[in-house]
Amino acid sequence: MSAFAATIDAWKREKGPLRILSASGQLGYGIPEPAFRAGLARKPHLIGADMGSVDPGPYYLGAGKLATARRSSKRDLGLAIVGAVRNRIPFILGTAGTGGGDPHLAETMDIIREIARENDLNFRVATIGAEMPRDAVKAAVRAGKVTSIGPIGALTEADVDGAARIVGQMGMEAFQRAIDLEPDIIIAGRACDTAIYATLPQRLGFPVGPALQMAKIIECASLCCEGGGRDAMLGTLEGESFILESMNPNRRATPMSVAAHSLYEQADPLSVAEPEGILYLADAKYEAVDDRRVRVSGGRWEPATQFSVKIEGATWLGARAVLVAGSTDPVFIAKAQEIAASVEAMVRELVPPNPKRPYELFFRFYGLGVVGGQPVTTVPEEVGVLVECIGETEEEARAVAATAKQYLLHAPFPGRISTAGNLGFPFTPPEMTAGDAYRFSIYHIMQVDDLAPLFPVSIETIGR
Amino acid sequence: MKLIEAARVIRSKNAGPTQVTLDLMFDSREMYERALAAPSLKAAVIAQRFNVAEAEIIPYPAANAIKIVLPRRIIAGTPGDTDVYGAQQHRPILDLEI
Repeated sequence: MSAFAATIDAWKREKGPLRILSASGQLGYGIPEPAFRAGLARKPHLIGADMGSVDPGPYYLGAGKLATARRSSKRDLGLAIVGAVRNRIPFILGTAGTGGGDPHLAETMDIIREIARENDLNFRVATIGAEMPRDAVKAAVRAGKVTSIGPIGALTEADVDGAARIVGQMGMEAFQRAIDLEPDIIIAGRACDTAIYATLPQRLGFPVGPALQMAKIIECASLCCEGGGRDAMLGTLEGESFILESMNPNRRATPMSVAAHSLYEQADPLSVAEPEGILYLADAKYEAVDDRRVRVSGGRWEPATQFSVKIEGATWLGARAVLVAGSTDPVFIAKAQEIAASVEAMVRELVPPNPKRPYELFFRFYGLGVVGGQPVTTVPEEVGVLVECIGETEEEARAVAATAKQYLLHAPFPGRISTAGNLGFPFTPPEMTAGDAYRFSIYHIMQVDDLAPLFPVSIETIGR
Repeated sequence: MKLIEAARVIRSKNAGPTQVTLDLMFDSREMYERALAAPSLKAAVIAQRFNVAEAEIIPYPAANAIKIVLPRRIIAGTPGDTDVYGAQQHRPILDLEI
C-alpha cells in the first residue's frame, strides 16, 4: 500500500490532529538536519517542501535551469526523500527545480532516481506537470479571460507565442488527482506553496480555511519565528485551529512573530488567492500556547465560482556580457555619467548595432545611486562600475563589453589627472559572458473552467 | 521623529515580479498608530518619494505593522533592473517624519 493510502487509512481509524512537517521553504539551499530529524521523530502524517519561486528572476523559468546547485539540491532532496520513504511518510515537493516547468521537473526526477539508486530505495512517484498549453492560453486571451497582475501589459497571443516557457500555479485540485494515483511521494511543477500542505487535510475532511492558513505559514518553515530561520516547522491541525512549533528548540513562534509573517512577500496580508477560491485572514487569531508555540485560528475559505490560474512566462532576449571594475579617481567619479555617454557613442560607432535588433547597453556606477534608483546626496570616494550588454549573440555582447572596457579605461575628459587609466579591474578578463538573458513577459491571471487538463498527473515506480 | 528611529523593521521585497512592498513594523501600538496617522505616510507622499504613479497603504494592526504596495518601475529581472528581489528599496522613506 502506498504511503499516502496507508496514512489516509491510518488517520481514518484514529482520527485526531494531523501533524504536517514543513522541511523547507527553499529546498536546495540547505535543510538544517537536526531540526528535520526532530520533525521526523514527531511522526508527521505528511512532509512537504517548496523548491521554487519567481523571486530569483526570469532566467531560471526561461532557461529551464535550477537556481540551486545540483549537489545542494541532491543533498536536500536526499534528506527529505530518504527520511520520508524509510519512515513510510508521504512527501510532497512543490515547484520542482526552481521554475516548475518540464525541464525543471525532469532534472529534479533525475536527481531523485539517483538518490533512490544510491540508497537502495523503492517507491512510487506521482508527478504533476505545470507547463501551460499555448493553445489554451491563447484561447483565454481571445476570450478576454486573462488579466494582468500589477503593472505588466495586457497579454497578447504574440506574447504567448514568443515566450520561451509558460507555467501555471496549480492548486489543491491537481494534488488531489495525484493522491488518487496512490503514490509514496508527489513531485509537482509550478504550484501554490499552500496546496502542498493543505491538500491532505482537505482530503481528510478538515475545514479548508484553517488548513490553508496553516499551509500559508509553515510553507516558509521557521521563518514565522522570532528572528526567522530555515529550520523545519511542525503544524498540528486540530480542525478550526492549529498549533505551530519550530523543530529547532531555540526558535520561538510568538503571536506577534506569526502575525507578522502574513506580511511577507504578500501584496495583501489579509487575503490569499488560490485557483479554487480565496483564503481570508482578517479574523485570524494568534494565541501563545507556551513561550515557543502558537495556536492560530480564524482563516476563512471562500470557494470561487470561477477557477483561475496564475500564469508566468519568460521570453528570451539575447546573450548577456558584463564588465566589472571600479574607480577611485575623484574627477572621473564626478563626471562618470557624461563620460559613459561619450564611451557609449564610441562603442556604438565601433560595434554597429543591428538596426532590426539593436543591442542594449547599460553603464552602472555603484555608489552614485544605482540600487535604489535615487540620486545620492554625497559623492563617494570610490565607485563600482558595471557595464552590461544584451546582444543578439554571445559574440556580439562580448565585443560590446570589451570595447566599452577599453574606451572607459582610457576615456579622456577635461581635468583628467589619472591619465594612465580610469578603472581598476578585479580580475582578468574583466569582461565576461553571462549566459542568456530573459524577461518576465507573462505574469497574469487566467480564468479557466476546468483545471485538470492544465496539470497532467502521471505515476512511475522508482527503484528495484 | 524619523521613521528609521520609530520602526523596528523597515524592509522591502517583491510581491511577485511586478510589485514591491514595504513592511514597517513597530514595537508598540502607540508608535504604529502615530505612524499610521502621520501625513508623511499618506499614499500620495509615498508615491512621490518613489517616483511612481500610485501607492497603497495597508494597516495591519495584528502585528503593529503597515504595508506599502508600489508598482515596480521595471519588472523584476528585465534589463535595466538593479534590484531583482526588491530587497533594497526601503531607503527613500527612512527619513520620513512621523
